[in-house]
Amino acid sequence: MPIRTSIGAVGEKAANTVERIGYFSRFVVGVLRSTPAVFSRFSLTLREVYFAGVFSLVIISVSGLFVGMVLALQGYETLSIFGATESMGVLVALSLVRELGPVVAALLFASRAGSAMTAEIGLMKTTEQLKAMEMMAVDPIARVVAPRFWAGVISMPLLAAIFSAMGIFGGYLVAVKLIGIDPGAFWGQMQAAVDVRHDILNGVIKSIVFGIAVSAIAVYQGYAAKPTAEGVSAATTRTVVTSSLAILAIDFILTVFMFRGTGL
Amino acid sequence: MNRNSTNFWVGVFVLLGLAAIAFLALRVGNLMTWGEPAGYHVTARFDNIGNLKPRAPVKSAGVVVGRVEKIGLDPKSFEAVAQIKIFPQFEFTKDTIAAIYSSGLLGEQFVGLDAGGDTVMLKEGDVIKKTQSAVQLEKLISQFMFSKASEGGTAQTPVAAVPAAQIPAIEGVKK
Repeated sequence: MPIRTSIGAVGEKAANTVERIGYFSRFVVGVLRSTPAVFSRFSLTLREVYFAGVFSLVIISVSGLFVGMVLALQGYETLSIFGATESMGVLVALSLVRELGPVVAALLFASRAGSAMTAEIGLMKTTEQLKAMEMMAVDPIARVVAPRFWAGVISMPLLAAIFSAMGIFGGYLVAVKLIGIDPGAFWGQMQAAVDVRHDILNGVIKSIVFGIAVSAIAVYQGYAAKPTAEGVSAATTRTVVTSSLAILAIDFILTVFMFRGTGL
Repeated sequence: MNRNSTNFWVGVFVLLGLAAIAFLALRVGNLMTWGEPAGYHVTARFDNIGNLKPRAPVKSAGVVVGRVEKIGLDPKSFEAVAQIKIFPQFEFTKDTIAAIYSSGLLGEQFVGLDAGGDTVMLKEGDVIKKTQSAVQLEKLISQFMFSKASEGGTAQTPVAAVPAAQIPAIEGVKK
């Protein structure tokens, strides 16, 4: 009975999905519940901020710089058609602060730090270090998982802000130093168009949400990895793929709520 | 990894991040304008405000002296009502003319104030009586076309020869 088996396959998939969502939710609740433990031993989180945040600094600032420079070069092509090259500052700043800063920084963070978190936790599971902790009555979620989660949440908005700032600096270099746009118009129009609450604060909120999503996915994939070499490698791949898709989907939803129908 | 150096680099990272946020807020955004002096508020009624938006600058002789705070429509007279905040260090006479100009053809619009000769100064809650609406390019062009058509298209009037009096007649200073 092929129909019966194919319907059965659909049912099994649905049940598995619901089970995974439930497991993920319970896992996240468990991580959040151990928050007091994390903040009472903050040096653990600090160490993870070092690995997740400080090590991402170089890639984030260099990418930001180049994204800003390319934005300015490409923007010049189009803006010069309308004789509006003075609006370059607005173009660069708004694209970076609202969208590119949070999104690209989060994508880079997911591949640079998220994958590392997954691999680390996954390998700890494979080598039964997590089990050993449980044997010693140490909660592995509070000791290993939660500090990494919070380190990601803390690092993400800072990295996104650094990305945007470097991007605007790169845009400034190209627009003012290379193309020769008047620096007064560049900064002045930017300041007139970028609103602190509406643009910058919303960008920071976006990056915090991305930080939560990427870190939760990364630590979950590590914790739920199959304790084999293939399992860890598959989990690392899943972290990058799932969190990239999650970032883009969440970004769309947030943008709809933040910037819908507000003119500029 | 030595704990002291970890702390140091995390400190550097956090300070860099905060500096970036401060840079975005102060240099890129306009947080500075939040600290703008309170000033006093006056309203001006316009037949048409064109593309004027809230937060647009109010200038006198090209110097920013205030900001447009709110724009509304008077439901009875169907005039646009713009509430304007003027910084406290600037005083304008009661017969000041408020006009809407645009900076360049495609540029943003702003309110220009031209002080008159009155001895009484504007104060909180006053209404600027003399206003001049935004120039609408479409109206200007259609006016020009009609005037060309009424000439019968015989004399080829160059653009510069359009009677200058017609232009203020379109959106003239209203009493």
